[in-house]
Amino acid sequence: MTTHTLRSKRRRSALRTVAFLSPWLIGFGLFFAYPLISTVYFSFTRYDGFRPPVFNGLDNWTYVFSDYPMFWPALRNTLWLVLVMVTLRVIFGLGIGLLITKIKTGTGIFRTLFYLPYLAPPVAATLAFVFLLNPGTGPVNTMLEWVGLSPPTWFTDPDWSKPALTLLALWGVGDLMVIFMAALLDVPKEQYEAAELDGASAWQRFRFVTLPNISPIVLFAVVTGVIATMQYYTQPLVAAKVASGNMGGSGQLFEPGYPEKSTLTLPQIVYNAGFQRFDYGTAAVVALVLFALAMVFTALLMRRRGGLIQVGD
Amino acid sequence: MAQVLDREPAVKKATADTPAARTARRKALLHWIAVHSLGIAAALFFVLPFVFVVLTSLMSNQQTLTRDLIPTTWEWSNYSKVLDTPGFLTWWRNTLLYAGVGTVLTVVSSIPVAYALAKFRFRGQRLSMMLVISMMMLPPQVIIVPMYLFWAKQLDLAGTLWPLIIPMAFGDAFAIFLLRQFLLTIPNEYIDAAKVDGCGELRTLLKVVLPMAKPGIAAVALFQFFYAWNDYFGPQIYASENPAAWTLSYGLESFKGAHHTDWNLTMAATVMVMAPVILVFFFAQKAFVEGVTLTGVKG
Repeated sequence: MTTHTLRSKRRRSALRTVAFLSPWLIGFGLFFAYPLISTVYFSFTRYDGFRPPVFNGLDNWTYVFSDYPMFWPALRNTLWLVLVMVTLRVIFGLGIGLLITKIKTGTGIFRTLFYLPYLAPPVAATLAFVFLLNPGTGPVNTMLEWVGLSPPTWFTDPDWSKPALTLLALWGVGDLMVIFMAALLDVPKEQYEAAELDGASAWQRFRFVTLPNISPIVLFAVVTGVIATMQYYTQPLVAAKVASGNMGGSGQLFEPGYPEKSTLTLPQIVYNAGFQRFDYGTAAVVALVLFALAMVFTALLMRRRGGLIQVGD
Repeated sequence: MAQVLDREPAVKKATADTPAARTARRKALLHWIAVHSLGIAAALFFVLPFVFVVLTSLMSNQQTLTRDLIPTTWEWSNYSKVLDTPGFLTWWRNTLLYAGVGTVLTVVSSIPVAYALAKFRFRGQRLSMMLVISMMMLPPQVIIVPMYLFWAKQLDLAGTLWPLIIPMAFGDAFAIFLLRQFLLTIPNEYIDAAKVDGCGELRTLLKVVLPMAKPGIAAVALFQFFYAWNDYFGPQIYASENPAAWTLSYGLESFKGAHHTDWNLTMAATVMVMAPVILVFFFAQKAFVEGVTLTGVKG
């Protein structure tokens, strides 16, 4: 009798859980599991979306890794962006976060001004920066020439296109500022007092009190920054299109990565292979490489011990 | 930071005009000046791009071909010219549809999932949470080939925004994650008390938990609205062939193409895409900042 009620109780609670989870369970199947399995299948086929897919073994994989002229430049660009853009964004975000905790007059106004660029829609912000940094009439180069510098041509120079994108990314550092600000305000005051009694300098207080306290947040910022870099798409694409003068709109073909593949990233070549050249097999291979990279860093976030996002209880 | 605050009482205590007090006061003043000068320099970096964009949007066409920074004549009509551009108002309507309907669907479908993940105990809970985070971190391009074939070939919905809106009825991973983080902060005692009073799970969620979760829901709604507003890749995949289905973010990029060298009109259009987002932010600043902070908080 008692075991019976217990079992039915348990079954009811399982049903309840499934009911609450149901929207996501359907979404997980339809928009995650099914397309992932399907992508793995396409990666072993020749498929253009019109004729039925034909199994071609590892052809797409060897093509991507040895012959596809866009793959390695895209991967190199991603590495550059991880090393330079992510690092500078974290350092700058921490610096702005520190600054805002020290500002005592007009804090609210400063905080809002620092934060606003983060909200600018990516397409609009990128258009704005292509204009600001345009070599002909752009205000930035105009002002740089006032002070006697000979400025670069930014988005039209393969050596300067990624630094220009980095400037755009630093402008939108508001998300990191808020996260660091919250972390900095959580550092126990007693630790600063103790350090000051010991005669620690400002740098030593930062190095031995602030940094150890906020290091999990720094790591969080780095890892999420790396994952965001894997997905970096809209800004480099729009910048390349607008700076090259080929706006495309619909129908027109556009050679991505302008200038000289310097702004190419992995998501862009998924689009190029799949939706401009209708080579779904190649697109699927690049998509899976992208998936593997994104998941490695996501796993870092969720490690059971020292994980940055606590998954369980 | 903390040590600045701590120094203040020391300065106040030594009101006597001793040399030591004067040095302390001078040091505090110099510190204030240094910090606020840095603050103003940083503010210029963040604000000047907006200023130049707005100034250029008010220039005449000829003046944008010069290196002038400030308009000689103020061409407010640039903004009405943008509004008169064929399609611009349609892009507005499409964006509001995508962002508005999408946000409502996301919030409604994500709340029960987040509640179960935060407050139920069940086998596979940890795994479910890991899968939610994996979905959240998944670049949309990874699954785009089968997704496009599904929506375009099987359901014939290419050239519309429905392939972007319909999935939001099945929970959004980021929304679920953020709401779950928020619901964890609600003490279980409230939920237990509701149960003792005879409330079922659904009533507990609707009558007790939801009113307490309002700030979290507001943050999720804002993020989702901004996501749809800013989305470029989605409309590019599904709507590019049909300009009648374009959104502002997608249409804006083609704007420069249609207006060749007209930086003034392009910048006016840029301002008109940025402004609504910034206005929404001013009305909902608190919820937004709270949401950003939540994404970085452990557990």
